[in-house]
Amino acid sequence: MGRRIYLDNNATTPCDPRVVDAMVPWFYKHPGNAASRNHPFGWEAEEAVDYAREQIANLLEVDSKEIIFTSGATESDNLALKGVYEMYARKGNHIITVKTEHKAVLDACAKIEKLGGQVTYLDVKEDGLIDLGELEAAITDKTILVSVMWANNETGVIQPMKAIGEICEKHGVLFFSDATQAVGKIPTLPKETGIHLMAFTGHKMYGPKGVGALFVNRKKPRVKVTAQMDGGGHERGMRSGTLNVPGIVGFGKAAEIAKAEMAQDAARLSVLRDKLQAALASQLEEVYINGNEEHRMPHVANISFKHVEGEGLMMMFNQEIAVSSGSACTSASLEPSYVLVALGLGDDLAHSSIRFSLGRFTTEEEIDYTVEQLKTGVNHMRDLSPIWEMYKEGVDLDKVVWAEH
Amino acid sequence: MAYSDKLMDHFKHPKNVGTLPKNSKQVGTGLVGAPECGDVMRLQIQVDEAGVIEDAKFKTFGCGSAIASSSLATEWLKGKSLDDAMAIDNMAIVEELALPPVKIHCSVLAEDAIKAAIKDYKAKNAIPA
Ligand SMILES: Cc1ncc(COP(=O)(O)O)c(C=O)c1O
Repeated sequence: MGRRIYLDNNATTPCDPRVVDAMVPWFYKHPGNAASRNHPFGWEAEEAVDYAREQIANLLEVDSKEIIFTSGATESDNLALKGVYEMYARKGNHIITVKTEHKAVLDACAKIEKLGGQVTYLDVKEDGLIDLGELEAAITDKTILVSVMWANNETGVIQPMKAIGEICEKHGVLFFSDATQAVGKIPTLPKETGIHLMAFTGHKMYGPKGVGALFVNRKKPRVKVTAQMDGGGHERGMRSGTLNVPGIVGFGKAAEIAKAEMAQDAARLSVLRDKLQAALASQLEEVYINGNEEHRMPHVANISFKHVEGEGLMMMFNQEIAVSSGSACTSASLEPSYVLVALGLGDDLAHSSIRFSLGRFTTEEEIDYTVEQLKTGVNHMRDLSPIWEMYKEGVDLDKVVWAEH
Repeated sequence: MAYSDKLMDHFKHPKNVGTLPKNSKQVGTGLVGAPECGDVMRLQIQVDEAGVIEDAKFKTFGCGSAIASSSLATEWLKGKSLDDAMAIDNMAIVEELALPPVKIHCSVLAEDAIKAAIKDYKAKNAIPA
């Protein structure tokens, strides 16, 4: 195996070794079920879960009773959306969300529409931000919930959360955020932001996979969600199922580390990200940064290399460097990323996009190496690209009649 | 998804990349696909007096499978008569490169590009299709 550089931290982060160390005893030495009330094994497990709940609550500056453990952000998204839809059915049936949300939100909303709900999908501007006026105008007397992600997984664009919270407050509607990509990386304080429900997951913040949480506001207002799985009534009746004790312990540790190190990680990574972006933009032609650069996660850059197809480009270096692309080139789907298309990018630039997501373990040397590999890759792909040649000859590509397939 | 060595070789060291004079009567050009779909192939053939393909070149915007399919196609075209070239089937490309099922459309595109180049050549030279 040659060298391997991991720049796909938005897909998942490696577990921090300190997290793994914290988890290990809970697999074997302390095997108890946190719901077992009659022996020390159960008590220990319950204490460990409570401690982790505190660690997570500390990170968010909320009450630990407001943290509901789940299997991950997909489940938390589903629980928040469907749970609110069911619980508040008497109040209304309208939900507002955004076209660039994660599939876990969009598909849960599609299900709600099938159940008779009404969902408004807001457009985003060219920079990926929503228009607050449009959001406010979309609220009706039937609106029960506004669902806006904190930071986008593909572009890293951060929505104006506080302003959205104020609009929700003004109209008396609940505010849910899928904050999966933001928690543990930038401050995400629901109470300061006017958020009533917030989904996040361990494996995007250097914790383990398969464990997540939903923050549910308990006071002013007291928010409730209808459980989406029937069973033993764990997690205050909102989420049944034996708690994943080792996972939760790791998740808690990850939150504790994030609280202590988030600021320094973010500062270091934004320097590296900016270096990567600046090097590529200055050393290659026709490079486009996708999404608002100011309101953006510190470790993310989504970049289009015009007239180069993203998946092919990745193949140039994917034995060594892991990134992802907004291009899809399979017979199942020739459609590029719906997120980039929602930014109005045009399918061709969307097909040419690469997402770099740095992480706690990324080094400057890795970034320098990546720049060199990217330059070689883009130049190779452009030498091969008929549309790059046409572009260089001054052909107006919009006027070419393509034989679409 | 791991790709075959042959595919990776055609991708990293593509054969016959380039451009033939598209206005020459000896040259047929096929341009298929669309940037919006994520692949565009341009395949060109140069035909000698005896009706044999003496040179073939390509340029492709697309994924690794699309690039490898067109590179392989140009290799196969050289030395073939137009009729034999017309008979190249996309499934032969699929087999040679061990394309996974989701990438079969790349080989179809290569076959389309071959046929489009031959059609263009025939049209230029008033040869009935
Ligand atoms: C914004 C967002 N929401 C939800 C998810 C799903 O998270 P999980 O894998 O924990 O279900 C992800 C991760 O892919 C994400 O990026």
